[in-house]
Amino acid sequence: MEIGLSHYLTLSAILFTIGVFGIFLNRKNVIIILMSVELILLSVNLNMVAFSSFLNDIVGQVFALFILTVAAAEAAIGLAILVVFYRNRGSIAVEDVNMMKG
Amino acid sequence: MGLQAIFFYLFAFVAVASAFMVISAKNPVHSVLFLILVFFNSAGLFLLTGAEFLAMILLVVYIGAVAVLFLFVVMMLDIDFAELRSGVLQYAPVGILIGLIVAAELVVVVGGSVLTPQAAKAITMPIPNPAVRTNTAALGDVLYTNYVYFFQLAGLVLLVAMIGAIVLTLRHRQHIKRQDISAQVARTPETAVEVVKVKPGQGV
Repeated sequence: MEIGLSHYLTLSAILFTIGVFGIFLNRKNVIIILMSVELILLSVNLNMVAFSSFLNDIVGQVFALFILTVAAAEAAIGLAILVVFYRNRGSIAVEDVNMMKG
Repeated sequence: MGLQAIFFYLFAFVAVASAFMVISAKNPVHSVLFLILVFFNSAGLFLLTGAEFLAMILLVVYIGAVAVLFLFVVMMLDIDFAELRSGVLQYAPVGILIGLIVAAELVVVVGGSVLTPQAAKAITMPIPNPAVRTNTAALGDVLYTNYVYFFQLAGLVLLVAMIGAIVLTLRHRQHIKRQDISAQVARTPETAVEVVKVKPGQGV
């Protein structure tokens, strides 16, 4: 059986769903939510690369590179906000995030 | 079943299983380690599709920077993770419901899709033969010419993220003794030594 585009798309759909499910499952823990967002971005990247390979067009890989950049920046900023929030409140539970000013 | 199919199913199965462990592990450190496993297997999948440079970048950037950053933060914060997991079973039914709906929709839409013949004509930058031009060189050919502004913009995004992270987490602590080098260098005998006249028999 030849591995086609639909195999990759199905795999990335499953990974995307696991990421969404992770956000629902760990609604209190911001760290796991951030990891779920990373999973979602990874599945999008897999889509881009699969399309790039099967359409024989390298622009998809360029886009995947940019997605990678944005994901790295998002993780850095998100974790920095998390650290600041933990210093102010002593907790990272999502339901404690209810004040505009720490 | 060819060698490519065997490796695809191996990487895909381990990636999905460890992605599930990321969201269901009790200990967040285990979650981060399973996330690293997901990234490793995705890098293998990238290699299978021929995106060699992106596979290596995935290893360096995602595992070397992002996952290690997660590991640092998880270990730095002193949090009772058992308490944070208390409501998991309460949210599980609605999560499973929505997850199944999303998965079914995506697989139905995406799994049965075929590329139209028009898509093959709309190609802007065909991938050159890997034997002639390597994947890294081909990516550079496109990235530094047609997409150079986007490349600069990506650098700007990273710069903003770096400055933002530093500004957010840097704090100037009060009540801490710090070395003031200019004050030390400017010290003279006049400012450092105080001569006190003490009368005999009275003390200071």
